[in-house]
Amino acid sequence: MIRVERLSVVYGAVRALTDVSFGAPAGRITAVLGANGAGKTTLLRTISGLVKPTSGAIFCDETSLLGLATENIARLGIGHVPEGRGVIAEFTVEENLRLGILASRANVSEGLARQFALFPVLGERRKQYASTLSGGERQMLAMARALIAKPSVLLLDEPSLGLAPQVTAEMMRTISELCASENLTVVLVEQNAKSALRIAHDAVVLHLGTVIASGSASEVADNSDLRRYYLGLVTP
Amino acid sequence: MSTLLTSRIMTDVFGGITSGAVIALVALCLVIVWKSTNVLNFAQGAMGMFATFVGMNLVFHDTNYWLCLVLSVATGLVVGGLTERVLIRPLYGKPEINPIVVMVGFLGLLEALVPAIWASSFNTVPSPFSQVYFQSHGNTVLLSPFVLYQIALALGVMLVVALLFQYTTLGLKMRAAALAPEVSRLLGVRVNRLLTLGWMLSSGIGALAGVIVSTGHTLDATNLDGIFVSAFIAAAVGGLESPLGAVIGGLLIGLAQQFILNYWSANLAPLAGVIVLLISLAIKPQGIFTRTVTRRV
Repeated sequence: MIRVERLSVVYGAVRALTDVSFGAPAGRITAVLGANGAGKTTLLRTISGLVKPTSGAIFCDETSLLGLATENIARLGIGHVPEGRGVIAEFTVEENLRLGILASRANVSEGLARQFALFPVLGERRKQYASTLSGGERQMLAMARALIAKPSVLLLDEPSLGLAPQVTAEMMRTISELCASENLTVVLVEQNAKSALRIAHDAVVLHLGTVIASGSASEVADNSDLRRYYLGLVTP
Repeated sequence: MSTLLTSRIMTDVFGGITSGAVIALVALCLVIVWKSTNVLNFAQGAMGMFATFVGMNLVFHDTNYWLCLVLSVATGLVVGGLTERVLIRPLYGKPEINPIVVMVGFLGLLEALVPAIWASSFNTVPSPFSQVYFQSHGNTVLLSPFVLYQIALALGVMLVVALLFQYTTLGLKMRAAALAPEVSRLLGVRVNRLLTLGWMLSSGIGALAGVIVSTGHTLDATNLDGIFVSAFIAAAVGGLESPLGAVIGGLLIGLAQQFILNYWSANLAPLAGVIVLLISLAIKPQGIFTRTVTRRV
């Protein structure tokens, strides 16, 4: 599980996050919602150590992540699929996946077989350069590359970005199944609140770097003010 | 066969490959450093010669040639690692001109330091192999065991580097760290160590280039200067990104130099690099070997 306590991040004169607190328990999907510039990506980047917070605390189970280098945070079993997916275009599908497993002690061929079973299209394209994949396939590759190291926590930054609605729905279903079967802690950052709330157990709503609402996904989804003013969802 | 081997053309080809292989080796060093840290290492040649001096100078004190070679390469590895940690690392994220200025300064420092430490004695580094050319049916082939050693060493190192990058997990991590440092970190790759390793590797290879050009010649701090200029062009022909491009560019320049020298004028040999560069700019200005990936749906 991930626990964030009173986290603040300042970029120069801009306060990106102010006193953000929330918990993401294991085996559940916690959606982090909010408009552009709400601080969602900064939150994930701070958990992964790419951004240094000015104050606050971050824990993975009982281990404090503060001050740890990004690579060491990853080695603790925290997988991060960045915005834009971060697939290495110059690498083949298989090379991308191998890179994901190197830092862990997991068996390479076993890991590849597992991911190819989960995402058969990646198996078909294992020798192809990642640059030749479609948006949906790239997203699958990015997910598979994070999953191959058998993480306990998965941080997903806008996985639905640029994907067709049908592909998004499929992606969300996969995330939901993985969370249950692997007892993963999933922190799902999304602008697409509708599809995120459909699979999330809990939700946190960020606005200009502060938490304005949190609770179960259904509570957030049922709050008409939140829906209208912060999530861009039209109340039925 | 024997007439072919002793023909004027083959003589030039052998000569061209010998000098081209060393140019290719230094070009490869430049590409490794550029790809991993986006730094144009103007001190590449000087660093190589410094390391060569540390090891090969001992030849004059009755130390075994091969031990001197190993010492030179070891020094190269250490110098490369230290340079990255001390001079280059503080400059990551700063304007690209900063590391260039620092490395030009380092070049000046090394070329002043080497003669100051090892007062020039104009000693020739003895070759471990015979420099007598092979004979074929009474005709001379411009190849000696020594020339073969030079070519084999240069090409062998290139092959090892290619295998390292393409087929080992270390190579995969080094390429990833160069292409996408942030993503690599998110996957648990210790990027900083790999950047240091990239500099060590390139500086170690640079030392080997220094040893190759200095064997059978006078040991001098500027032995790699001319080669560095050609190597720079060779690396640019490959778009600075492609190790294969750098190697092919280096060999082409070596061959062009040899043919100009033999059929035109020795004074014009340095023009070879310019000619190769102009041709490559005319064909593909962004570098002959930069890959354009087409999307397959």
